[in-house]
Amino acid sequence: MTHDDRGLKGLNNPDYPIPEELQSTIAVTSLDRIYNWTRAKSMWPLLFGLACCAIEMIATAASRYDLSRFGMEVMRASPRQADLLIVSGTVTKKMIVPIVRIYNQMPEPKYVLAMGACASGGGPFKEGYNVVSGIDTFIPVDVYVPGCPPTPQALMHGFLTLQKKIESQSLRTVPWYRSGESEAIPVPILGPDIIDPRQADLIRRHAEQAAASRDTTTPAPTEA
Amino acid sequence: MYGLGVLKGMGVTLKHFMDTYIEDIQFLGKGKKTDAAFQIRQGSRARSLGLFTVEYPEEKIAVPERFRFIPFLVTNNLDDEENPGKDWCTSCGICPKVCPPQCIWIVRGTDPETGRPKPEPEEFHIDIDLCMNCGLCAEFCPFDAIKMDHDYELASYDRSGHHIFDKQRLSKEFRYWRSIAPTISAEEAEARGGWEHKDTLKEKAKAARAAKPTQESAES
Amino acid sequence: MAEKPVAEQAGVAAPDPVAEILAALSEQYPDAVQADTRKGYSGIVVRPEKLVEVATALRDQLGYDYLSSATAVDYLGKGDHLEMVYHVYRIRQGGPALVFKALTPRVSATLPSLISVWPGADLQEREAYDLMGIRFEGHPNLKRILLWEGFNGHPLRKDWKEAYYEQDQKPFDSRWPGGKVHRAEENNPYGRNVSYPDDFTLEGYTPPDENSIYAGLGMGVSMQELASPGLETERLIVNLGPHHPSTHGVFRMIVTLNGETIESLEPVMGYLHRNHEKIGERNTFIQNMPFTDRLDYISSMSNNFGYAMAVEKLLALGARYQPPPYRAEVIRVLMAEFTRVVNHLWAIGFLLNDLGAFFTPALYAIGERELILDFFEATAGSRLMCNYMRFGGVFKDLPERIQGIPLLTNDRVRNEPTMDFLDSLINERLPRAVDELDRYLTKSEIMITRCEGVGVLPPEMAIAYSTAGPVLRASGVPYDIRRSDPYSIYPELDFDVAVRYNGDIYDRYLIRLDEIRQSIRILKQLLPRLRETEGQPIISGTKAYSPRVPEGEAYGRVENPKGELGFYVISDGGQNAWRYHVRAPSYINLTALSEMCKGHKIADVVAVLGSIDIVLGETDR
Repeated sequence: MTHDDRGLKGLNNPDYPIPEELQSTIAVTSLDRIYNWTRAKSMWPLLFGLACCAIEMIATAASRYDLSRFGMEVMRASPRQADLLIVSGTVTKKMIVPIVRIYNQMPEPKYVLAMGACASGGGPFKEGYNVVSGIDTFIPVDVYVPGCPPTPQALMHGFLTLQKKIESQSLRTVPWYRSGESEAIPVPILGPDIIDPRQADLIRRHAEQAAASRDTTTPAPTEA
Repeated sequence: MYGLGVLKGMGVTLKHFMDTYIEDIQFLGKGKKTDAAFQIRQGSRARSLGLFTVEYPEEKIAVPERFRFIPFLVTNNLDDEENPGKDWCTSCGICPKVCPPQCIWIVRGTDPETGRPKPEPEEFHIDIDLCMNCGLCAEFCPFDAIKMDHDYELASYDRSGHHIFDKQRLSKEFRYWRSIAPTISAEEAEARGGWEHKDTLKEKAKAARAAKPTQESAES
Repeated sequence: MAEKPVAEQAGVAAPDPVAEILAALSEQYPDAVQADTRKGYSGIVVRPEKLVEVATALRDQLGYDYLSSATAVDYLGKGDHLEMVYHVYRIRQGGPALVFKALTPRVSATLPSLISVWPGADLQEREAYDLMGIRFEGHPNLKRILLWEGFNGHPLRKDWKEAYYEQDQKPFDSRWPGGKVHRAEENNPYGRNVSYPDDFTLEGYTPPDENSIYAGLGMGVSMQELASPGLETERLIVNLGPHHPSTHGVFRMIVTLNGETIESLEPVMGYLHRNHEKIGERNTFIQNMPFTDRLDYISSMSNNFGYAMAVEKLLALGARYQPPPYRAEVIRVLMAEFTRVVNHLWAIGFLLNDLGAFFTPALYAIGERELILDFFEATAGSRLMCNYMRFGGVFKDLPERIQGIPLLTNDRVRNEPTMDFLDSLINERLPRAVDELDRYLTKSEIMITRCEGVGVLPPEMAIAYSTAGPVLRASGVPYDIRRSDPYSIYPELDFDVAVRYNGDIYDRYLIRLDEIRQSIRILKQLLPRLRETEGQPIISGTKAYSPRVPEGEAYGRVENPKGELGFYVISDGGQNAWRYHVRAPSYINLTALSEMCKGHKIADVVAVLGSIDIVLGETDR
């Protein structure tokens, strides 16, 4: 292990210096640090590919880039066993329903990485009628990796960025150890268009406004 | 014999396993992390796929010249004698017209005195959440002013504030473009007739002609 | 072979069959058929009432046994009608497509379904119903396919506007010269990519029942009826996907099982429907090029090729068109064949994944792929999304060296002359990799047991269901567009069309190995051609950023690794396509999936699907 972050060295609290010769065997650390260290170094991503980016994600997992160097080679096909959701590709309205369900099924602590332009903000297909403008309109995202598609190296940079985020967290402030159950994200509904139940009020207000303006003006012919 | 096929297949797996060690021996004493070793491992001449892994981030594959990742704007070098940091972009509007996902926004500059448009962008924005890295903007820019970047390490925690690049974020010195694309930038310079911006070269040629045909402007 | 003008190839194609066929048809159906005389158009216009009869005659008497593409066009403001366009082939003789069309008014658009003549029309008619709103009488399962039941409107109609609608055609005026940056959601009242009918509220709204999807799948049958004297089995419905590790993306299959045996299977797609065609009709012609990369994202180079060919056919209608120079064609074929190798390696690797050999075979299969991608990256600029072909040639010549330029910390450099790289790749590494895969998998008893005799598709059925590519050829039909309707420099290249005869998974695996070998054979012939043509132009004419394309229709098709990839493009003489349709092999090959799976065990479904080799970007578009 040449990289400083990886061995025990990365675990050691710099406030407690340890003699050089003992550094490979002993570390003085805090609970937060050891918790984050273990968590960051053994993420289990969900085996979940959406579109073009998924191909680069698979290439990242394959022999040239080798995800197992990050302790991430155990890609789980079941959301119940995974703690990292890599949203790798264009999220369509039809697909957002299963994605929100999958996210809800993942046990906490869980992280989301939006891979590529489409998952981050809609991407080149954003203008399309069936495309969600970024997965973060529905579920919280931890790391965004720009690119179309991000190369495997760019994706791995995203993983390192995520590890950094995890390492900066504290057990006392992370949302998943508060008392009570954490709230599930309401599953969107496929109506005339995708409906986010959280927007129900907004939709009603717009319908009322439309009705009001229709009453004042002459009744406009409705579209067939 | 039943099962022989499977065994043979396992032989292939075993060979792959052994190859790694055999290739390790090849680099014994020299180290497999040197540039020369990297060249052999990643090049087309490697004997097998034994030592194929690129250990990002300790080693990264340098990308080729034509690599495309999010455009940037070329400006004069900051230590340029006449116009340090001047944009090469003349806001001619070709890149926003050719951009497939329409991710480029340009506000054309106007001269505050005459109110007429002037050939530089007042604002220049690229939404990298739309950009598809196709490189058409760079391909069709007549002034070599917009180029595709090579820096792919852009992961961030927040997109709302960071993913629309403004002119300042997009601008990079010409020196940078020369360093990431030595051959292409040289070809382009040859086509323009010098290392400077097309318009600068034109002006210089004009000035030289006016001043008397003495000497061609020296190339930097 | 130094100078072989590409224009000669026009002579390769057989003369246009329309006149001959029209004569034959008008004898039988004097009022029902007429020639399409619009400028730049060709083909036969058939009266809807006689459509089925004419189609049957075409199939049975005139030998057009293969329906390749069926798609709808909206001529709003240009005659105000909808038009269904069919491309049919003679599969045994080869040759160009016969195009016939049927018109219907835009209001309550109805046409007879051709599913009884060519079962391959199934999914394509459903797509036309979904996106254009044409009802097909006689279609047994006319439901929405890419969108969901309850969706508001038919989006490919020209008067249908999406939530983020800005302008009919690109480029948008808001980008320059007064381009104030904004995100599209900022202009939407909901801050999302959504729009609802005016009076829509959630109160009192019940979304279409998810169960409607299962209707007609045989549930609710009395159990006594099913009870067999032997083992007691139960009938149940299983959803495979859209999130499933073996569906190659976001594909969903609703499978009715009796015990473990499959009784029926219905593919449900659209989970990656990203409106390629609607966007493509707004784009200028050149802007579509990078979008085609994202169709079958494993073979972006050949997608480029097909699209470039379609638009070049349109450009050829104009006066000043010059065909691509010879070197450009050599490079195009080089890229297309490399893509075929990449795709088939990928397909084989992931077929094994589906069979349960998780990842090791895939790792070995896609190892060499990385080197080909390195070459793509050095030449075109990107590993996957190459965006390399242009109308009249290619983007840039091959680079002199495959060379990295260090920029980031720890960047390591590779540096090799391109021709050396190609040499060792084509002559040593790829053949070695294929042989290794062959040794590794072909004789494996597990592989044979799982694959032999499973998912059999007989040749007649393969033709009837409009399957294409390896799926068709593994069923014993030697149909390869590179030979049957040759394009580019394929006529001068020496290769065999790989055929296998059993039509099962095993043969579909073997045929991919065969095709890789044939591709390597082609690649070897290209190396000397590359050397000879060095320094020659790689693009003809001047490169314009928004060329105007002459009025008319064109269908460009290439033998993509997955089958026939066709682009049906209509231009109205401007810079944007009026209609842009993709005949996606992955999509149409799925028509036969249900037939191939019936009677097999549930575990075989993923194997059959893997052997078809679909990519969802292309399936759903």
